[in-house]
This record gives sequence, C-alpha cells and structure tokens, in this order.
Amino acid sequence: MTAAPPLSAPSVVVRDLHKSYGTVEAVRGLSFDVAPGECFGLLGPNGAGKTTTIEILEGLLAPSTGEVVVLGRRWGRDDQAIRERMGVCLQQTVLSEKLQVDETVALFRSFYRRGRAPEAVIAEVELTEKAQARVGTLSGGQKQRLAVACALVGDPELLFLDEPTTGLDPQSRRQVWGIVNGFKASRRTVLLTTHYMDEAERLCDRVAIVDHGRVIAEGPPQHLMVSLGGEHVVEIALREDGAGPPALAAFQALPGVRAAQLEPGGLKLTVTEPHLAVPAVLERLRAEGRELSGLTTRHASLEDVFVALTGRHLRDE
Amino acid sequence: MSESRPGRRDDGRESTRLDAFLAMCLARFREFYRESEVVFWSFVFPIVLSVGLGIAFRNRPAETLPVAVIAGPDSARVVAALSGTPLLRASAMDAEAAAGALRLGRVALVVVPRAGGGVEYRLDPSRSESVVARARVDDALQRAAGRRDPLPASVAEVTEPGGRYIDFLIPGIVGMNIMSGGMWGVGFNLVDMRIKRLLKRLVAAPMRRADFLAAHLAMRLVFMAIEVSFVLGFGHLAFGVPVRGHLAAVFAVGALGALCFGGLGLLVGSRARRMETVTGLMNVVMMPMFVLSGVFFSADRFPQVLQPLIRVLPLTALNDAMRAVVLEGAHLRAEAAPLAILALWTVLSFLAGLRLFRWS
Repeated sequence: MTAAPPLSAPSVVVRDLHKSYGTVEAVRGLSFDVAPGECFGLLGPNGAGKTTTIEILEGLLAPSTGEVVVLGRRWGRDDQAIRERMGVCLQQTVLSEKLQVDETVALFRSFYRRGRAPEAVIAEVELTEKAQARVGTLSGGQKQRLAVACALVGDPELLFLDEPTTGLDPQSRRQVWGIVNGFKASRRTVLLTTHYMDEAERLCDRVAIVDHGRVIAEGPPQHLMVSLGGEHVVEIALREDGAGPPALAAFQALPGVRAAQLEPGGLKLTVTEPHLAVPAVLERLRAEGRELSGLTTRHASLEDVFVALTGRHLRDE
Repeated sequence: MSESRPGRRDDGRESTRLDAFLAMCLARFREFYRESEVVFWSFVFPIVLSVGLGIAFRNRPAETLPVAVIAGPDSARVVAALSGTPLLRASAMDAEAAAGALRLGRVALVVVPRAGGGVEYRLDPSRSESVVARARVDDALQRAAGRRDPLPASVAEVTEPGGRYIDFLIPGIVGMNIMSGGMWGVGFNLVDMRIKRLLKRLVAAPMRRADFLAAHLAMRLVFMAIEVSFVLGFGHLAFGVPVRGHLAAVFAVGALGALCFGGLGLLVGSRARRMETVTGLMNVVMMPMFVLSGVFFSADRFPQVLQPLIRVLPLTALNDAMRAVVLEGAHLRAEAAPLAILALWTVLSFLAGLRLFRWS
C-alpha cells in the first residue's frame, strides 16, 4: 500500500511551520512529510492547531513562517496548478441548499480541467438515489458524503479531509471510511485531521499526534501503541471500600505488566501478556482484600498513547 | 499529459474556463428562482406596491364642494343663483349651524347675504377647497348680478397618460427593484456564502475568483432584464403607463443601474462575517435612498440645500434617467449627467469592493 515509486518526492513537505493569530500561537514549529500513496493523519484534541495546519497546506491560510511544499510546488507561485491536483473537504462546509446533488457535483467538476464523471463519483459515495434531491433535504451523513464527492470529482492526487466524520452517526462514519479506503486503494495520497483515535487507526498508515501546535509523537499507529510498552490494556474497577488507592508499584512489578496508572475508581494497566497478567492481578487484589467490581481487557489504542504522552484524554476540552 | 498519474479515472472531457463560468451562472440562476422569498420580493412585491399606491393616489375628477348660505330674507336668491352652477352644492342653514359645519369641514365656505345685495364670505384661507369654493361662488354670483367678462376665454380639456401618479411611480419602482436586487442578490448572498464557508470551499477548488464574481454580475444583468420587463409590462397593461423611449435605452439604463448596485452590494458584502452586519450596512445604504431618491414622490420636494446631495445618490440618478427614458422618450445622450453619476459609483464601488473582499 505504501509502496511509492522509488525516488518519488513527498506529496507534502512541512518544515518548521508557525502560525500566529495576533498573540495566539496556533502552530509552533510543525514538521512532517507525507509520501505519495500514504494516508497521513494529524491527530489531536480540539484547538491543537490541526485545522490551521491543514488550511495552510490547502493554500487557504498563509503561514507566519516555515516551509510548505505541496505536490512539489509552493503556494503563491503555482496556486492554480496545485488546486487542479488536490481535493478538499473542509470542516463544516454548507453547500448551496437550493441546488441538487448532481448539480452541485457538476458545478465542482466544471472547475477542474480534467476530472471524473459526476455520476460516477455520486455512485461511489452512494448518493445515486439522491442525485436529484436538493442539498437542503439531505441528512448530515449524506451532506458529508456529498462534500467528499465534491473533493473527489477533480480526480485529485492528494486529498485533504478536515475532521471528515465529526458529528456523524456510526453508520455514516463507516460509509465515509469506506470511501476514503476506496480512494487509498487507487494509490493516492490522503492527509486528514481527526480527534477520533479509532478513525486514525482505521484509515492512517502514519499519524502525527499534535498537541498545542507541536508534534509530540509520529509513526504508524501500531508502532506508537507498541512504544507504550504493551499492546493490551487491562482496566480494573474497584468497589469503593475507603481503603484508599492501591499501591501502583506493587502492580507494576507483576508478571506481564509494563505500566500501571490510577484512574477514577480503579486502575489501568499496560500489559504485554494478558494471560499472565490477569491471574496475577486478581491474586494481588485478593491479597490486599480489595473487591473487584469490573475488569476489561482490550487492545491498546491511540487514545492510550495520547494519555500516556500528555496525561490528558483526547476529548478533554 | 495525464497518463503518468496513478490510477486515473478521467471522464475524458476537458472543462474550459468558459464551461466553469457558465456552470456558475447556471447555479446562480437556479438558486435565484428556487428561492421563493427572492421571487416574492422581485416580482410580487413591486406589483402589490404599484397597485396599492396606484389606487390610493389615483387622479380624481374635480370634487363638488358643499357651501352654506345663512338663512334670511336674501338667502333664497343666493341659493337660486348658485344652484345652476356646476361643482357647487348650496344649502341654507341658520348662522349657528353654518359656523359649526364650517368648523367641522362639512362645508367649504359660508356665504352671508347682506342687505342691499352684497355678500360676505367666511372661510379658512389655509384650506384649499375653501379657496376654490370662494372663487367658484364669487364667479357665479358676479355673473348672476350681470358681470360681463371683457376677455373672451375658452377651455380645451386634455388628459394624457404620462402625467399621472402611477406614471411617475412605475419607473421609480423599477429603480427601487434594481437597487434591492443588487444589494440583496450580490451583497447579502456573498456574506451568506462566506458564513457557510462556501466561498472558502470554492477558492480551494481551481475556480477563477474573477469569474465567480463576474458570474454573479452577469446573472444580476439577466435578472434585471426580467424584472424591468415584468414591472414595466405590468404598468403598461394594468395602468396604461407609456414606455416612450427605445427599449434598448431602457435596458441600457437598467444595466448600468444593475452594475452600480451590484458593485455597491459587493462593497457592502466585502468583509462582513455576520448577517447582522450586512443587513445593518444594507439598511444604512438603502433607507436614505428609499426616502430621498424619488421612488414614491419627486425628490424636488426636499429643500434646496439638500438637492446637490440628493442628486449624486445613485438611486436618484437611476430614477431620473429611467423616468426620462420611459416617460419622455429621452435619448441616452440627454441623460449624460445621471448616467455619469451611476458610472462613477460603479467604478468606485468595484475598486473598493474588490480591494476589501475576503473569501473566508
């Protein structure tokens, strides 16, 4: 999937990017590359500077300082040439409510010298049945798929998606993921922002975790999770008994456990071998005389990476 | 040239700059006629307004004026002398009743017969119907008493379309419509698209920004032609309002007006990011012109000191030129002054509007 042709230049190059609004520094020195055919995710909480960064890459905002190369070209010199080859899905665009779906896609098709047949793109986003419906009558998920269709109709080599599934119901999110995976299958490049960890895990070959305008970790989602020291997470809920929080060091020392962390009402353990760790943990709790009220094990997620790196949850506002 | 791209799914058609321009015009046209409010304000409202005002201010035939004659020995003679006179209705009443009727406006004039054949007129000189009644009564009584007019005079009655209130009103409504169309259709619409981030989405595509604005203006010209035809056609069919000028001249004036107010709309909508801001600005621009620029009544009624200011307002210039062409059949050459004012506003508003314009 990521097998880009040898010696092929990166689709996107970002070097030491800064952007300030007045005294507020939204982006403070971001650097990353996106290889052709790769799906790259900017992951971080609201206000991390993701949208500012992607809008600079889309040529909609000027950076304060730093270098940006998109498809081998620079904004300010080859704007029209870059726009011909990229597709954009902004965060919350309201398309004209009075136009029909097919009219909207045809309008966007007309802006690109070369592109795809509007009907084909409408079929790809599964809106064929709604082709003659007014945009104003569509559901939120349908509107978002239409916005993606408008981004795809120019047959872009590089697709920008800013929070493509924020506010959508689970089924609509899966539909959008399916469309993006279809686009990736044609060996095109995708750059997306999200604050959903599951979205990044499902779509991205590589992610950069962004916090306060900086990259705090970068790599394939699997590597980032392994770098936690464990691939599994065991969460333990304890019955409230007034005995105070359990001693973390005792749990950290158990077989198969890499790290332990206090959580409200219990513990969270990062674990390499759950089949060894879980019996040891239960034994330890019995020895301490604590009563278990719940136990779950799951694969480690990027959310766990973010918590491990920042001490905060992604959705903390 | 595109074979090198991976996995192309090109539809094999090449879209030119003209294709994009026409697609934007078509989209604009569809948005216009699918917006029922826009259709109401552009077509129904001017018709309702002209019908309402046309009925309220229609020209009436001269009114028959009631006159009181104070009852007494000579009153029968005076009433008899007045009874054959057109447009007067004389009746005898006692002094007290006559004074009351005059005060309440039930009679326009009180005639007091004097001993020896003379009369006294009682009236409020600030009431125009009293002044008219006095002239009619005096004329009738003097003739009855044997006056001979030394100057022979005759009357030829003339009623011609073109001089009525509705004739004045219809070109004013056309001008008002062109102003509202430009301000709402361009100014408000652009702000709406900015707030919805649609402008931003459009400039992220390889859309030519100049062509986008040009498509807005081109459609404004098309809508202007439809609206002007509709209102003038309605005035002609329903009220017999004449269109004496060449239609090409009518549309040329309309086109310059549409461009001018399109430019002002662009300027008003060039930066606003909130609905309240743009509607406020539009009211500031439009309200004074609704009142001052001679839509519903002549701008000449305002004091002399205000006239230079009123004359340079774009709607005054548009209304003056439109009325001259429609009602008097004036040539464009004769309307050079208002047309120059419109052209100047057009150029200035576009220069400022394009300079200030922001897409996001």
